[in-house]
Amino acid sequence: MEKSAIWAVGLCLVLGGHGFEAEASYQSKPTEQPYRTAYHFQPPKNWMNDPNGPMYFNGVYHFFYQYNPYSALWGNLTWGHSISYDLVNWVHIEHALNPTDPFDINGVYSGSATILPEGGPVILYTGLDSKSRELQNLAVPKNVSDPLLREWIKSPHNPLMTATNGIDEYNFRDPTTAWQGPDKAWRILVGGLINGRGAVLLYRSRDFVNWTMSQTPFHLSNKPGMWECPDFYPVGISSKDGIETPVQNADTKHVLKISFQDNGNDYYIIGKYVPETDTYLVETDFLDEVSDSRYDYGIFYASKTFFDAAKKRRILWAWIKESDSLSAAVEKGWSGIQSIPRSVLLDQTGRRLVQWPIKEIEELRENQVTFFNKELRGGTVIEVPGSITASQADVEVSFDFPHFKEAEVLDPSWVDPQLLCSQKNASVKGGIGPFGLLVLASKDLTEQTAIFFHIFATHNEKYIVLMCSDQSRSSLRQDIDKTSYGAFVDIDPLHEKISLRSLIDHSIVESFGGEGRTCITARVYPELAINEEAHLYVFNNGTQSVKISRFDAWSMKKAEMVQRIEEDSQFMSS
Amino acid sequence: MRSSIFLVFVMCLSLTQIQISMADLVDDTCKQTPNNDLCVSTLHADPRSATADVAGLAIIVVDAIKAKATATVAQINTLLGSSPDPKTKNGLDSCLKKYSNAILNADIPSALEALQKNNPKFAEQGTNDAANEANSCERSFAGGASPISSFNKSVTDLSNVASAIIKLLL
Repeated sequence: MEKSAIWAVGLCLVLGGHGFEAEASYQSKPTEQPYRTAYHFQPPKNWMNDPNGPMYFNGVYHFFYQYNPYSALWGNLTWGHSISYDLVNWVHIEHALNPTDPFDINGVYSGSATILPEGGPVILYTGLDSKSRELQNLAVPKNVSDPLLREWIKSPHNPLMTATNGIDEYNFRDPTTAWQGPDKAWRILVGGLINGRGAVLLYRSRDFVNWTMSQTPFHLSNKPGMWECPDFYPVGISSKDGIETPVQNADTKHVLKISFQDNGNDYYIIGKYVPETDTYLVETDFLDEVSDSRYDYGIFYASKTFFDAAKKRRILWAWIKESDSLSAAVEKGWSGIQSIPRSVLLDQTGRRLVQWPIKEIEELRENQVTFFNKELRGGTVIEVPGSITASQADVEVSFDFPHFKEAEVLDPSWVDPQLLCSQKNASVKGGIGPFGLLVLASKDLTEQTAIFFHIFATHNEKYIVLMCSDQSRSSLRQDIDKTSYGAFVDIDPLHEKISLRSLIDHSIVESFGGEGRTCITARVYPELAINEEAHLYVFNNGTQSVKISRFDAWSMKKAEMVQRIEEDSQFMSS
Repeated sequence: MRSSIFLVFVMCLSLTQIQISMADLVDDTCKQTPNNDLCVSTLHADPRSATADVAGLAIIVVDAIKAKATATVAQINTLLGSSPDPKTKNGLDSCLKKYSNAILNADIPSALEALQKNNPKFAEQGTNDAANEANSCERSFAGGASPISSFNKSVTDLSNVASAIIKLLL
């Protein structure tokens, strides 16, 4: 059956079965809300931050999120709840958790879902008590046979875990999805601060209610700064699929991911987990290398994965915050969106992760424009035909090189890719590059967001590829953050084409270089290049020609995001 | 008799020690801000600083920004009421929005909420934005003839101090 038909049938069952009062999805003229996205997850209004408890259960994808029901600023944190059959089109339903109990009265903070082998899903989450101390709590579905899992009951045993043994009681949060060890006991990780240093703490339980902290932290930082939102999951070298815990073999490695509070970025490391002793051995630790591994080198925080049992893949979500101001949030009436869900895999080298937008979003593609083998001479800008809605598009392009004679030499002191991208931005002429896309660009190009590559020669006849997302001229507005982002892409242009995919959606550009080896997400707020006034170009501001071996662009349809709340529900504020 | 005098003496000494370490916290904290003198004078002017932790000190500075921003709004309204020339009026109108809507309505409340709930990263955005808004207000007078420069400078400086203290919490 076609996917959209399945979705429609599912939705009909939902509506028919529960007698919902349909509420209109967010209504406003497009020009009044030029920055709202068309196919990225966001609630109809107000503040959203971390993704919470994503899971697949009983044929339904669930997504929860940190939400303020009262304003577009952070506060009054609650778990919003939405469901989907395809991770693209969403139905917003009642809040799952509200800050109404002593153990979460000052905020229902982040947490994760675990699917128990017998008994369905449970949620572990952080709550703040009346003194804002952080505690870990449990919630279970009121009715596990409700396909939407609309209502949740907090455990009478809450709080299950409090900050003990030298953990800072104001920095003890974000429990992970649980996994079972060889002894069948459950394990989770919780982020914390011990003596000012970030830590990931391990807890074990046999009954999901009584938890014992492991004497030694699962992993400990040697630098100050809180570690938030830990995530821990297996990946396989030879496997094309995601791996469900606890299955593992000699090929399996484990990823530990942390959100670093002090610099607002997500980092991951890869290592060997020994279940019998709950030890985790890593080769390269956090902040040991200049080129630390990040999922994304732009705006991408509090990320969390889940295992999608239906399609046997690991899916990554992340909060993409705004780059404008708090007062802009109040004016817009909303703040915060989520990244497009990405599949995560370990690449062939076993040293890093590769991500790619889930295949389902390709269902939104239409009006395809394609061309092959086009030379892009130095100093040219070519517009992509106007049949593509440039403010709402999906673009894929591959580049090839006749030779590398004009490559600039990389100065050994150029070690900071972000700084390089700021200095050698799209307007600075180079050798091989800058070349790439100009997105959300105005007709006169006074506004443009440039996603591009630059190829440099290193001393031993090899070439290094720099990828940039240049927001410096993204808007005429002065009151926004126009920082550029950059990273090197682990790709050898002598042997491989250089590919770029960009998902463009009004105020977000998510770019994937080298088939997902390097990802950069940016937020932009053009003044001119909005809706029909946005244009899309391919450009080359280097001296050397490059060849576009293949170019595809599609308009993206709007995803369906609707609100369905039961008439008598007390859990939604209007 | 001697032992009780001795006991009282030891207690006084202990109290003095506690007082000294609180003063140390203000000094240690202010040294790590871009404006040590402003930081120290602002904190000492508020009795809460005697027993506050670093988050508490940040809250005191944010309260000071709020007071200054409120005073700025009053000054702007006074100036608007005295028939300013068009260029000045434009600047004042723009500044009124920035102070009332942005600083007092979004930035300060956000920073205070985040500090009270131990989430310093959200507080940092609030104080950074307040500094940006004050800066932007100062630049909105054509020809650089701002009639509220001292107010904008105070708010900017206090916001930068607050941001620096908040960074210590991250």
